[in-house]
Amino acid sequence: MFPTPIEKTSRQWQLTYQAILPFALIVWLLPLIAVAMFSIKPDADFTNGNYWGLPSSFEAFNNYGRVFFESNMPRYLVNSLLITIPTVIGAVALSCMAGFALGVYRFKGNLFIFFMFIAGNFVPFQILMVPVRDMTINMNLYDTKTGLVLFHVAFQAGFCTLFMRNFIRALPFPLIEAARVEGVAEWRIFWFVVLPLMKPALAALAVLIFTFIWNDYFWAVVLTQGPDAQPVTAGITEFNSQFRAAYHLMSAGSIVAALPPVAMFFLMQKHFIAGLTLGAVK
Amino acid sequence: MTAVTDTGVQRSWYKRNEIAVTPWLFLLPAILFFSVYVIIPIAQSFWISFHQWDGLGEATWVGTANYERLLFDDRKFSVSFWNNIKWLILYLLAIPAGLFIALFLNQTVRGIRLYKSLFFFPFVISQVVVGLVFSWFYLPREGLLNAILAIFGTGPVNILGDPTLATYGIIAAGLWPQTAYCMILYLTGLNAVDPEQVEAARLDGAKGYKMLWYVILPQLKPATFIAFVVTIIGALRSFDLISVMTNGGPFGSTRVLSFYMFEESLSEFGFRMGYGAAIAVVLFFIMLGFIVYFLYSMWRDDQGGR
Repeated sequence: MFPTPIEKTSRQWQLTYQAILPFALIVWLLPLIAVAMFSIKPDADFTNGNYWGLPSSFEAFNNYGRVFFESNMPRYLVNSLLITIPTVIGAVALSCMAGFALGVYRFKGNLFIFFMFIAGNFVPFQILMVPVRDMTINMNLYDTKTGLVLFHVAFQAGFCTLFMRNFIRALPFPLIEAARVEGVAEWRIFWFVVLPLMKPALAALAVLIFTFIWNDYFWAVVLTQGPDAQPVTAGITEFNSQFRAAYHLMSAGSIVAALPPVAMFFLMQKHFIAGLTLGAVK
Repeated sequence: MTAVTDTGVQRSWYKRNEIAVTPWLFLLPAILFFSVYVIIPIAQSFWISFHQWDGLGEATWVGTANYERLLFDDRKFSVSFWNNIKWLILYLLAIPAGLFIALFLNQTVRGIRLYKSLFFFPFVISQVVVGLVFSWFYLPREGLLNAILAIFGTGPVNILGDPTLATYGIIAAGLWPQTAYCMILYLTGLNAVDPEQVEAARLDGAKGYKMLWYVILPQLKPATFIAFVVTIIGALRSFDLISVMTNGGPFGSTRVLSFYMFEESLSEFGFRMGYGAAIAVVLFFIMLGFIVYFLYSMWRDDQGGR
């Protein structure tokens, strides 16, 4: 293990380490702690210049209540869910199949198609922006959740296929060969042999894509406008111009917008990290 | 064999070609979606970049005029381009910073798992929220940064209002989540470091910096590679933070190519799709250089596989 395990060091260093740890965390999360603090302060604290001190009264219920009942925030949240969940399902389904095809079969063009998915996944969004926006308008899907979902599914299929293909490649191949010798149909091999083995990868991808799509801002701005279809990331910027100086409401709104991916991360931490590191650990 | 003949002497065409056909059936939906939304639009953007087009009426062919204007006669473009270079270089700081935090947290004391997850927090939240948080952090009079600077007797500075500082302020905000990401990559990488090698090196008297450089870092190479990939892509994709924190200002000093392109095509300058597409093509070629390198590395690794 590196660095030297703390138990093997001097008592003095052990104590110092234990003391530095929480201090470092506070410094690291200072901006977030500040926002959390903002969100429970009364408005008066800001007009009185008490930005960074303790709240003079506890206004969490009031502030969050206003965000939920007097703003468009709930609509944005629902939109985000209605965009994110179908995207996760769609992208994972597409990429399971594509990953299976690329990971199990040898055929001409296999590597080429695989690289096409990877390269497409790295492409800057801007090169897609004008044509995709145009196409979405022509399909009458501009400013709809469906329009966003379709694009996200297509684009995320690149990353997901890369991930799935590598995962399937690492599975024990003799299992598939054995099934073939038994005369099992190929699609049944996919469904009954490979898919059950893919469960950890499915979970990892699902959590990861959930966070990516939930946090997407660029496409939300390009393909939608207004509270009918916009997700929470775009909503919060609108919220920002609506409540320009209302830091307490803005903060509460930001916390609400950040909560779902954070909750997802804490619930599914193991899968999340497995997805992110993508074979960095063998 | 009898099982086969049961269904007739001639097996169906599909049955005979099952192994050859199945992969294409499985690939079809993904290829279809990906082509329609990614591959074809790339080609279309190239095509549009040779036109003058407002996005509604007829596009007029202007040949390379858009590119000529970009490269020789557009100060906004050169500002954006140099800002992109700044992003590329400074964003890479996330890698050593992430390694440093990972080394710091790679201990087994009580509650360390919670610490690790809390340190990872900034990566999980949206860049829009990060942008908002940092712009409050930088507020010229009331911001926490200036409150801290005041303790040391300096300041106040108006980071986002100062054309020479604003880009650095935004990059610093971007480094926060990116460092968290690199930290996680290195933490998982450190988990996989071979303890026997470390012990052997210890017996040989290696420690501290020497141990890190000659024994640990080579083993962290896969983590470093991924950190490098995601950081470069992240730097070139930077859009959210700029849009939220300064909207390109002050005086256009924080524009980068991805933001400038958006501005030209969809906002105040009107709908100059052709010119925007030309900017996007330039950005695409910058990124393509890195993509080809990544693909080459992956292809080389893949040769070792099945």
